[in-house]
Parts: sequence; C-alpha cells; structure tokens
Amino acid sequence: MFESTGVATREMVMKTFPTKERLEKGSVAVIECYKEIPCNPCATACRQDAIKTFVDINDLPTLDHERCNGCTLCMVNCPGLAIVVVDKNYTGEDALFKIPFEFKPLPLEGDIVRGLNRAGEHICDVEVVKIQNPKSFDQTAILSLLVKKEYLYDFITIEVGVK
Amino acid sequence: METVELLIIGAGPAGLCAAISAVSSGAKVMLVDRNDTLGGQLIKQTHMFFGSEKQYAATRGTDITKILLAEIEKYKENIKIYKNTTALGMYEDGVVTLARNDKYIKVKPKAIIVATGASEKVLAFPNNDLPGIYGAGAVQTLMNVYGVKPGNKVLMVGAGNIGLIVSYQLMQAGVKVEAIIDAAPEIGGYLVHASKIRRLGVPIYTSHIVKEAIGLDYLEKAVLIEVDEKWQKVRGTEKEIDVDVMCISVGLTPLTELLMQKGCEVKYVPELGGLVPTRNENYETSIDNIFVAGDVSGVEEASAAMVEGYLAGLCAADKIGFRHDDFKKLKKDYIEQLHSLRAGPESDKIRGGIAKIERRAQDV
Repeated sequence: MFESTGVATREMVMKTFPTKERLEKGSVAVIECYKEIPCNPCATACRQDAIKTFVDINDLPTLDHERCNGCTLCMVNCPGLAIVVVDKNYTGEDALFKIPFEFKPLPLEGDIVRGLNRAGEHICDVEVVKIQNPKSFDQTAILSLLVKKEYLYDFITIEVGVK
Repeated sequence: METVELLIIGAGPAGLCAAISAVSSGAKVMLVDRNDTLGGQLIKQTHMFFGSEKQYAATRGTDITKILLAEIEKYKENIKIYKNTTALGMYEDGVVTLARNDKYIKVKPKAIIVATGASEKVLAFPNNDLPGIYGAGAVQTLMNVYGVKPGNKVLMVGAGNIGLIVSYQLMQAGVKVEAIIDAAPEIGGYLVHASKIRRLGVPIYTSHIVKEAIGLDYLEKAVLIEVDEKWQKVRGTEKEIDVDVMCISVGLTPLTELLMQKGCEVKYVPELGGLVPTRNENYETSIDNIFVAGDVSGVEEASAAMVEGYLAGLCAADKIGFRHDDFKKLKKDYIEQLHSLRAGPESDKIRGGIAKIERRAQDV
C-alpha cells in the first residue's frame, strides 16, 4: 500500500515513533525513512551518536531515542525531508513540532496555519511559534509549531500557498 | 588540427569529475559542452542530493556545480574549456570533429571520455504534440534556470525520482500539481520523495496512463485511464482533469550516437535505459582509449555519475601515461563507492544491467 500511495500507515508511524516514556522526557527526532536508499547524511550529521553509523550506505537509519536530544541537525541535513522533531509536553495542551520547510514566502511567527496529515488532509490549525532560517541551514528552514496533542501521530506538515 | 591529450565530451556531473580526476593526474584536458553553462543537469537540481559525503550528499545540485567548477579552476592552465561546442563525429582515424561558434574544428586526442548523458523518453498518446506537453526536464530548466513558470495546473506523468522531484519543485514555484500518475502498480522513485509531495495533498495514481490529451490550440484537459496487471486499459475508468501543463517523465535513454559512430560495441539493456556501451571496470569501451562515464554508460543517479567520472578520468589519464600518485588507492575507493551506491534494493535493476555490459579482465 505504502509503495503505491507514499502515505505511511498508522502502524508504520507508531513503530517509528519513540515510546510514550521517551516522549514524556522532551524533544526527540522522528525519522520516517522506511525504504533503503543510498543515503547517510543523517548519521553523518548526528553529534550525539544517536543515529547508528551505517555499515552499508543503504541501511535504514537506526535512532537511539534515549541518546537523541532533538537538536534538529539530522533534520536539516536529510535530503528526503523525512525527519521531524517532537516535544510532546511543550505546553499542557500542545506538542511542539519542528518541521523542515522549503516553501517561500515563509509564514510569520504568530501565524495560524493549516496542519496536514500524511495524506495531505487538513486536520487541525497550528500556530507558528518560531522560524529558523540561518544560512547554515542552506534554505531548509525549521518551523516550530504548536500542535494539539491529540494530533501527535497524525500531524506532519502545513499547507503551502499553491492556489 | 588541435592537439589534445584527453578530450572529454560533456561537462555534466560525470564530465566535470572526469576532468578534475584526469588533470589532477597530470594530463592536459580539453572539455567540451554544447551548452553555454557548465554543469549539465546539475544546474537545475535545487534539491539536496542523496548519497554520502563523498558524493556531496545533503548539498544542493546547484551548489555541487560550484564546488566542481572551483576545483577545475585550480587546474585552469591544464584544462581548455570549450562551451557552446558540439561534438559532431568520432572517426576511425581518431579524429573528432567539433562545431564551435559556427567554426568546424578537428582534434585528434590520445584518449576520449564520452560523458554525453541521456535524453528524455517520449510517450505516445493522441495529441501528445499539443503545446503545454513537456518533458519534465524541460519544465525544470524553464523554472529553475530561467525562472519561467510553465503554466498553472500540471499533470505529472511518471512517479520515478525525476517526476517526484520536479513535482515538488513545481509546488515550490507556486504551480499546482493536480496529480502524479504512473503506469506501474508501485511508485518507482524513492518513497521519501513520494511522501514529501503526497503530504502536501498531491494525489499519486499508480496503474494509470494518459488515454489522450484534449485541447484546441494548447493543452486543456488530460484523460486518464486505469490499466490492469497486464497493462491493458480498463474500460469505463476514464477520468478527465483540467490541466494546462503535462510533464512527461517516463525515463531516460543514453546518448550513445558518437560511440556507435566510432564503432564501440553497444548492447540493448532496458535496465540501463536502452542501448549502452559495453565496458571494463575502468569504464573503457570495446575500443582502446575510448572511455565513458555517467548516464551514457547506463542511466543512474547523479551521485553515481560523479564517481564514474572520477574513475574514468583517473583511468583514461593513466592509459595515456599520466598515473596519479595515489592511483591504486583512488581507483579502489571509486570502485567501492560505486559498489556501495548500487548495493541497495532500489538498485537491483542497475546491478542486473551492469552485469550484462561489464567485461571482466579475461574477456577484454
């Protein structure tokens, strides 16, 4: 199914996500790289030794959620834009999602934007709390977004302004 | 007749890397390209590359061009670069003819690396000549090189990496991608690329083909139809979508004409895109001192093309008497890089194709 739609199933997402216990402890990366391709920048970028060094460049990334501190270095280096960072208990009601974003114009801090699931469906509205776009990110900006906790396993990105 | 030690035809990723490798081995190089900019297809690849650090992974294709050109600049006294120069023919007596600024030039190199790349395949369906129907590569050039928006509503035909990446870049340019279709039952490109565009709301219809294009003076609609597991059209499944652009990205075919004129052995290998030259592990063809690198030797990702270029440049220079100080070490490294890039499940076809064209030492 995934091979014909490009939409990861709930089961795949749950398997990739950190455990509930780890999510309670703060920021952590979620790497949605489900199929072996010759690509290793995430492992090369990681400074925490959380992503296991690849034996074969076609390996899938293995993330040690306990070592990961959610620093976002892997995220801006992932050519597949397949990584987000989640801080589940950012507020009582909201998780903080950091997502890679390559569309211009960038939203503004404070904007309320449309949150999408993996099939591109509008599921919630989210607030942009921070935008990081330094030169070192090489045009892949990081948006920090407030997302209601109930959408933790569904939210993945925001709608872009294509009319 | 200009004297040349090593002639490299094509200054895309393979040709540029071949030039760097050969000139750093001590050879004098003439690098020709028919375009007015060097870099080939790299100059419109605005996305981050896959691979490892050695193949400039996580760097955008446009920036890889800059890195390679800066490297070439270091050796400029030993590289003659001819832009706007088309190689016209490769002859039995070793002469290569070039057209440059309306002048006809003859050169007789000691060795040649053909790095001409590949061209896009076309697709047959009624009205496929309507304005608005492009190759995906053409659309990418319009957008990313010239800043021209190709239209407003796009149908992408082909869910390989090019189709998926160009769809994403169309959205970055503010163009609506109505759908991506593919005749195959599964998405052909990397699934991270598919997910990245799917999550923005672009549907991907597998087992779908274009039945016909409709429009009076330009493309107005496309009619899609499902195909079954035997690739036969399923009656009654037609759907019309309003689009003013259709991008065809159904694969590439190697540009081997010069090699065939010269008489290099070629084989039909569908896994590699069509007719491809046979070669040994040094990327030397069936004819002595004629080397190949990049898509002309089999269509693959640009990361592999660059490594092939480095390897062919190193070996071609060696063949004409310029052995790099680290020849053995570098050669081993390039061969290992190619091996690892092609080791994964996505490269099954590539490995099968290469097994058909690579001549081992005892066959040579």
